[in-house]
Amino acid sequence: MLKKLDEFQVGETGLIKMVEGEGRIRRRLFDMGVTPGATVYLRKKAPLGDPLEVTIRGYELTLRKNEAHFVILEVKEDQK
Amino acid sequence: MKRFALAGNPNCGKTTLFNSLTGSTAHVGNWPGVTVEKKDGVYKKLKEPISIIDLPGIYSLSPYTPEEVISRNYILDEHPDCVINIVDATNLERNLYLTTQLLEINVPVIVALNMMDVLVKNGDSIDVEAIEKKLGVPVVSISALKENNLEELMSRALEASNSPRVGKTIISNKDLLHLIGDVRIAFEGQKVENPLFHAIKLVEKDELETKMHPDLIPMVEAFKKTFNDETFGNDFEAVIADSRYQFISSNFHNSVKRKEVEIVEDKKHKKHKESKSDRIDKVLTHKVFGLIIFAVIMFFVFHLTFSENLFFVGAAFKNNGVAPSFKGTIYEGLIWTDSGINSPGVILFNFFDMSFSALIGDDVPGIGMGVIRSGMINAFGDGHWFVGFVNDGVLAGLFAILGFLPQILVLFLFFSIMEDTGYMARVAFILDRIFRKFGLSGRAFIPMIMGFGCSVPAMVNTRTLADDKERTATIRVIPFFSCGAKLPILVAIAGGILQVFHAGNVDVIIYSMYAVGVVAAIICALIMRHTTMRGEAAPFIMELPEYHWPQFKGLMIHLWDKTKHFVKKAFTIILASTIVIWFLSNFGWNWQYLGSFEGSILQSIGQFIQPIFTPLGFGSQLNSLGWVFAVAAITGLIAKENVISTFAALAAIVVSTNPAIVAELEALGEVEEGVDSAYAMIAATGITWQGCISFIAFNMLTIPCFAACATAKAELPKGKFRWTLLFWIVASFVASSVIYLFLSMFDRTSYIWAIPSFAGAALLAAIAIYLIVRYNKSHPVMRA
Repeated sequence: MLKKLDEFQVGETGLIKMVEGEGRIRRRLFDMGVTPGATVYLRKKAPLGDPLEVTIRGYELTLRKNEAHFVILEVKEDQK
Repeated sequence: MKRFALAGNPNCGKTTLFNSLTGSTAHVGNWPGVTVEKKDGVYKKLKEPISIIDLPGIYSLSPYTPEEVISRNYILDEHPDCVINIVDATNLERNLYLTTQLLEINVPVIVALNMMDVLVKNGDSIDVEAIEKKLGVPVVSISALKENNLEELMSRALEASNSPRVGKTIISNKDLLHLIGDVRIAFEGQKVENPLFHAIKLVEKDELETKMHPDLIPMVEAFKKTFNDETFGNDFEAVIADSRYQFISSNFHNSVKRKEVEIVEDKKHKKHKESKSDRIDKVLTHKVFGLIIFAVIMFFVFHLTFSENLFFVGAAFKNNGVAPSFKGTIYEGLIWTDSGINSPGVILFNFFDMSFSALIGDDVPGIGMGVIRSGMINAFGDGHWFVGFVNDGVLAGLFAILGFLPQILVLFLFFSIMEDTGYMARVAFILDRIFRKFGLSGRAFIPMIMGFGCSVPAMVNTRTLADDKERTATIRVIPFFSCGAKLPILVAIAGGILQVFHAGNVDVIIYSMYAVGVVAAIICALIMRHTTMRGEAAPFIMELPEYHWPQFKGLMIHLWDKTKHFVKKAFTIILASTIVIWFLSNFGWNWQYLGSFEGSILQSIGQFIQPIFTPLGFGSQLNSLGWVFAVAAITGLIAKENVISTFAALAAIVVSTNPAIVAELEALGEVEEGVDSAYAMIAATGITWQGCISFIAFNMLTIPCFAACATAKAELPKGKFRWTLLFWIVASFVASSVIYLFLSMFDRTSYIWAIPSFAGAALLAAIAIYLIVRYNKSHPVMRA
């Protein structure tokens, strides 16, 4: 099932399929390791619901919901 | 001398390595850039001295922030003899991404695998030789913190620097390599240095590259049509980023041996094992407690830096008649007074302040007059201009500013600890949502709250903001967060109001003035971000580093840097401005030394500009002494506490000619410092309480002290400082007159004319909004 990162629930894991958008934001996402094939785990949301904190490539990354909107993932089903 | 550049991700221990390498031999030179600075030092343990350059931390060589441009340009244009690429061994995957780009440049590269000690402690191991083989450049495992293996790193770096290296790429897609090869040949034809690097960046549609070589873009575009990757189509940017990560994960996945347990857990998909750092994080960024904990931490930081009543035990002191510490000596009240214990920040401040006072003061407990002052009076005679020049001009100005340094450093120490431990990044994370409403990012919060202590470190701290416009807007509103030096103005005038008009509550007045500053900052930030400083909120894609203990050595070096920066300023621009103001306030137009304000050039300037303060309530409506407010505001430019010391100086003159006020003052009894002078000035000039409040607001919002101005000038982008000065003047005038008008409505005698004034203000506001909308239409925002 494909889902955008800003629609993820805390605790969900997904595999990046595509990174949309353009320009600086997309470039930055790539440089920070948000590329297709990487696994993303949504760790938590900030106290006010935005931005998000994810675990990717072994480190913690924070990004806003409107930036996460560009990241399309396949939700991993085998998690509990 | 050979130059080795340190390059690596932020937080990979680059600066620690720099400090360890250059150590006590470091003579750190700063090049203040737009947003950042690179540092250099010397490594002396090899047979020849090596210059080490610490570049800003970067994730990639594509220009995203001004920092990355600095690092990229240094490596490409300044031809360092070797690039030492520091790689965090605990996070190989993302760190090696930069390495793959560095390898494309024609420069000797050596990889320093840092934090090996942490890795080993975790029970993991790394196959260094395998990594070296795959990358094709020397790899040395080190621990920058424990200073392990640094000699080997440096001698191998020296070895590498002796033979030139030609850039290589790890991109393996044949079609893409073909295109890159073609572009590279075109670049070679144009005699461009580092053709491979530039070719790849152009294919990636890198912003800087496409601007520099528009002629070659058609070639890339033509090729694009024939290219079709099965996952990414012809999106070269994605293909290249992907192939870098593919290369890393396929080659280095096996280089790191994790401890057995974790592999087992991995199979069960329990990847997110809780570390200590995770548990701390759970509390500090908790949904409910996160914000509360943050507020408590901030309270203690300020309490320990600025409070003169530590832990609120002052009441007990008063009741039990505790005597001040070191009573009767020059350090009377250093550690505690009769009304409470001082915080560490205040004790440091007192120590310097009292020591300076023992040199130049004229009413020092224990010794009467300061040593330098009394010595000079003996030598030159009382009232000689040179005595005043040295004591009240040069030294008083310098000491006033240097006296703040220790307190600023204490505040800085706390913030450095917060930054070093990794908490600061979480603060930005927690607060981003709120700040975005005002057109700023969560990172702007720290410089703002630091402004409550002192604008100088606060403005320097804005360097962490990536976006220039956001940075400019933040620097401009920082002085609105009322600093420690403005508090005496609040206390004295609020006290004066209470005594003269028998109305109001000092605490309420003080807190509401702080609130006025914050509201003004929010409004101004909003207005700027919608007009001249317009732009989309900068992306907030940021690493959250792991928590760790702060490092003492690093903290000290950091503080020392700040001290040098500040002292340098104190001795140049600030000193010069202080002397000018001293001259104006002590000399008449006939160049006669007066020794006081009366008849001085400053007085006539004060009288001349007095009318412009009429809409603010402290201009022409006052009697012939009304110029004192204008003069106090001017002297406040040196340092804000001068506002009240000017009052004190002027009050002495006023009181001597007005016996009625003397009697009233005597009836007043003992009051807090400055309140008596404020009382005398209020009573003598006939100012209304509305005017007083407007005067406080004006001082809070107008041009800050010279120290802050000098910092703003250094930190702002070129050409923005003049506009910033104008902005401060306009903001303080508008805000103070609105406050004056609004408060005047409560006064029956003036509310009648207040109504048309408000109608006028509303009309002006409507015109302003119209102009803003028009401006916005004619200046469409640049999309990133």
